[in-house]
Amino acid sequence: MSGHNHMKLSFASRSENESFARVSVAAFVSQLDPTLEQLDEIKTVVSEAVTNAIIHGYDGRTDGIVTVEAEIDGDTISLSVSDQGRGIEDLDLARQPLYTSRPELERSGMGFTIMENFMDEFDVVSSEAGGTSLRMKKRIESKKALFN
Amino acid sequence: MKMSLQVELEQQRNVLIVRLRGELDHHTADIVRFKMEDAILRGRCDHVVLSLKDLQFMDSSGLGVILGRYKLIKGRGGKMVVCDTQPSVKRLFELSGLFKILSFYDSERSAVAGLEVVS
Repeated sequence: MSGHNHMKLSFASRSENESFARVSVAAFVSQLDPTLEQLDEIKTVVSEAVTNAIIHGYDGRTDGIVTVEAEIDGDTISLSVSDQGRGIEDLDLARQPLYTSRPELERSGMGFTIMENFMDEFDVVSSEAGGTSLRMKKRIESKKALFN
Repeated sequence: MKMSLQVELEQQRNVLIVRLRGELDHHTADIVRFKMEDAILRGRCDHVVLSLKDLQFMDSSGLGVILGRYKLIKGRGGKMVVCDTQPSVKRLFELSGLFKILSFYDSERSAVAGLEVVS
């Protein structure tokens, strides 16, 4: 498959939507015929990003909006996950493995590390007024392409 | 409301076997936390086997809740081991370094046998 495709989802910042978001993105990405491992990586990354928006962006409030966008361009998938909540104060600190701003919540502090590991490109834009937006890219070498 | 994670508990002598089925994320982590905490604090188990054959998905929220129960069991002088992990779940354990502090087994039987040697 080649060409261009795009999708956008906006939903309430409720934890039950974490699985909705990752399953939806996985269904969209399956057009690229990814391996099971690649699909697991994408699902995990979406789950991490949406969970961050809910826990950190909106402090667990359920009246926020999380927006997930996915774009297919050739064999590359671009993802963005955004919230309009409280931005990240210290980005360098947030990206440290095992760091968590909420130790009382029993977080592992591995969210950013996992996203950086599973995607080819990873970028964070965050401001106190405008919330946080994660933008990521991953190339999917299609199984079909390998066999042809 | 239907939960996407089921927790099954079984006590075998002083070992608590915890079987997780479905998807472990931030939304379902609380169920694991409450059920395991309750069983560990009320029961007479010294050790825990986390049996993950039917765990189809886990993210870093799952790592957090597993690390938390590991600390609880360790603080009480027990051991927690993991068995039967799917490749994607195992990969997350490796990436986080939890692979170094937990022991991993191929089956529940070998996990329980391994614990009885140390207890």
